[in-house]
Parts: sequence; structure tokens; C-alpha cells
Amino acid sequence: MTDTGNTNERMTVSIVGGSGYTGGELLRVLLDHPGVTVQAVTSRANAGEPMHRKHPNLRGRTDLVFTAPDELEKADVVFLCMPHGRAAKEIERYSGLGDLVIDLSADFRLRDAETYKHWYREDHPAPHRLTDVAYGLPELNRANIAGSRFVSGVGCNATAMNLALAPLAKAGLIERVIADIKVGSSEAGAEPSASSHHPERSRAVRSYAMTGHRHAAEVHQMLGDFTLDVSVTAIEMVRGVLCTAHVIPTETLAMKDLWKLYRAQYAGEPFVRIVCERTGLFRLPDPSVLGGSNYADVGFGVDPRTGRVVAVSAIDNLMKGAAGSAIQAMNIALGFDETAGLSFPGLHPA
Amino acid sequence: MSDTITANCPECDATVTFAKAPLNGEVVRCGDCSVELEVTNADPIALEVAPEVEEDWGE
Repeated sequence: MTDTGNTNERMTVSIVGGSGYTGGELLRVLLDHPGVTVQAVTSRANAGEPMHRKHPNLRGRTDLVFTAPDELEKADVVFLCMPHGRAAKEIERYSGLGDLVIDLSADFRLRDAETYKHWYREDHPAPHRLTDVAYGLPELNRANIAGSRFVSGVGCNATAMNLALAPLAKAGLIERVIADIKVGSSEAGAEPSASSHHPERSRAVRSYAMTGHRHAAEVHQMLGDFTLDVSVTAIEMVRGVLCTAHVIPTETLAMKDLWKLYRAQYAGEPFVRIVCERTGLFRLPDPSVLGGSNYADVGFGVDPRTGRVVAVSAIDNLMKGAAGSAIQAMNIALGFDETAGLSFPGLHPA
Repeated sequence: MSDTITANCPECDATVTFAKAPLNGEVVRCGDCSVELEVTNADPIALEVAPEVEEDWGE
């Protein structure tokens, strides 16, 4: 077994709803994290079962078994990986079970209850808690995460858009964006459905959200108001998001301008890399080499004929788009090295 | 100790560093955007994007 450390010296962590893919990724990373010990992983349906029953890659890495949520004891950190709406309904209980709570669901990502109602078509179950949440994308909200005891997760597609567009948006250079997003099947989660049935999903190139994608709200919240259209297509990929954002800028931009903007925004960011080369096979971001990694690759181009700017980003939806950013946020909130546990660069060939 | 010899990439504005004084016609690669650059004037240094074979990537 891997030595997960002395619980007296390390922070303790619990993962609530840990049988899904994001729970599995949290556990994979946290088992090797130098500053924490995983104390409990809950799953009502899998209580008593070993971790490898749901996360086969972790066989032999931990003696933990799933526990029922009712048996959860207090820990220093609680990650919530529950289905949509559940965290908001039970947030008071879980706030009492962790000094730092990080909710990976969509329940607390939007600060405004009316905005939440607009996008999710229901009243927020705990609107009084929306104002004390720090949105959990370190690259855009590091200062607020640092002092927070309650951090939200991030939308995977929102993260791809936010990181692709931030340099342009912060400079006030966006008039309109059409973001074309290609996603892998793991975005749909671990629960099977008719649409994820292998004969239906395999080889699909399926436009499933041409308009109205909820993650647009997270982009507006972090980057401000501009016209944003989002279309999402499911493609033959398990992990990964590729965002190709077509931007009509407010003024003509050259490649040098874009380099300057992106360098300035991401200088010193440990997990954002500019990938914009004129040579080689991987000239622009490609999610196929980011599986299991917390890196976000961003690139850009400009069409001199029309002035259209194209901003591209690639992430692993389960890592930078979920568990990885959540652990990065934990590291910031607890004062750990921000990169602790997150150095895995992905695989090539994947 | 000799001074570092540098110029800016005309494509991405990155600093291109030369280990020794470049020659006219010398081709170097930008470390940031990886474009090939031709030294069109050695002193003062002038760089231009070198002609490249266009790839159609199967189009």
C-alpha cells in the first residue's frame, strides 16, 4: 500500500460522492499529495466496497473503502462531488464537517441567485451562501480563493472558454465571441444513459448544445459582458475539451499584439502554457496530450483578411476542468505550494 | 565577458538570443513561436520570417 502519511501531521480530506469520475480523479491526486491524507470517501450505493471497485486504476494504492455519507466525520477539507442540486440542499451539514469546503458541482459557481435561476430554471436552495463562495479558477480568482473557506468548482467548458478568452476580455478587446467546443464522453459523468450507450456514442460527432449552454454564465461572471454564443459538440474522445473561440475584436489585432496579451496574462501561471508554434505536429493546443494533467494549453491566431481572432484552449475536463482546479484551489486556500500533487504532464502518445 | 546579442522576433516579438555575431543569411528559429527567421542584416541585426514550404495538412 502507498503510505498516505501520518494523519497527525497532515491535513485530513474527505470526498463526498466519490464514486464518480471527478471523485476518482480527486482521490488519484490526493493519495500522492504531500500535505494531506484522505480520511474518507463516501458513496451511498457503494458503501463497504474498496476504492478499486469504482476506480480500478487505484487498485493497491489505498485501503480505504467507501463509507455511507451519514458516517462522515469532520475533516480539515471536504470535497463535494454530488449530483446537481444536492450540495446546495445539504450545504449547512457539510459546512460543519470541514473547515474548508470545495464543491465541484454547479450549485455555487454563480454568485447571483437570479442569474442562477435564469440558467438553471429553478430557485437556488441556499441563496444566502452564494456571496461567501470563491469561484475556484485560480488563474482568474486566486486572491479570493486564498482567504476563503468555501470554494466552488468550475465548469469544464467554462474553464476552457475563460482561459482562452481572458487576455482579450481583460483588455476590453472582445465585441463578440462564438465559441465552438468539442468534448469527450466523460463530461457526461459516470452514470450510463441511452446517449452514452457505446453503439450510440462511439464515433459520434454530435451537436448536443448548439445554443444556451449554461457555462456561458460562468464566462460572463469572470470576464464581463460581451456577446457570447456557445456551441458544444460531442466527439470521439473520452477525456478532453477543445475550445475554438472565434472572436470579433473591437480593434484590429496582429499576432504580436496577441503574443503580448497572452504573455502578460499567463506569465508565472504554473498550469497555463502558450502553445502557438509554426513548426511541429502540435502547433496549437490539443487535449489528446493532456489526459490526467492539470495543464491548460492556450493558443491564438488572427486572420489578416477579416480581422477575426481565433483563441484556442485545451484541457482535461476531469482535471483542469474539475478535480485539478479544485486541488489547486485547495493548495492556495491552505497555503500549500500551489502545484503540490499536480505535476503530472499528461501522456504522449495518449 | 561579451555582451549578449539579441533581436526581436518579427512574428511574436520574443527576444531571440545569438551566441555569437550572426551572419547575413543565417537562419535561426524563434524559441517562442518556432518560426524560422532569416538574418537579413547582420549589423544592426534585422530578422525576417524565412520563406517556408506550405503544408496542406491533407486539405
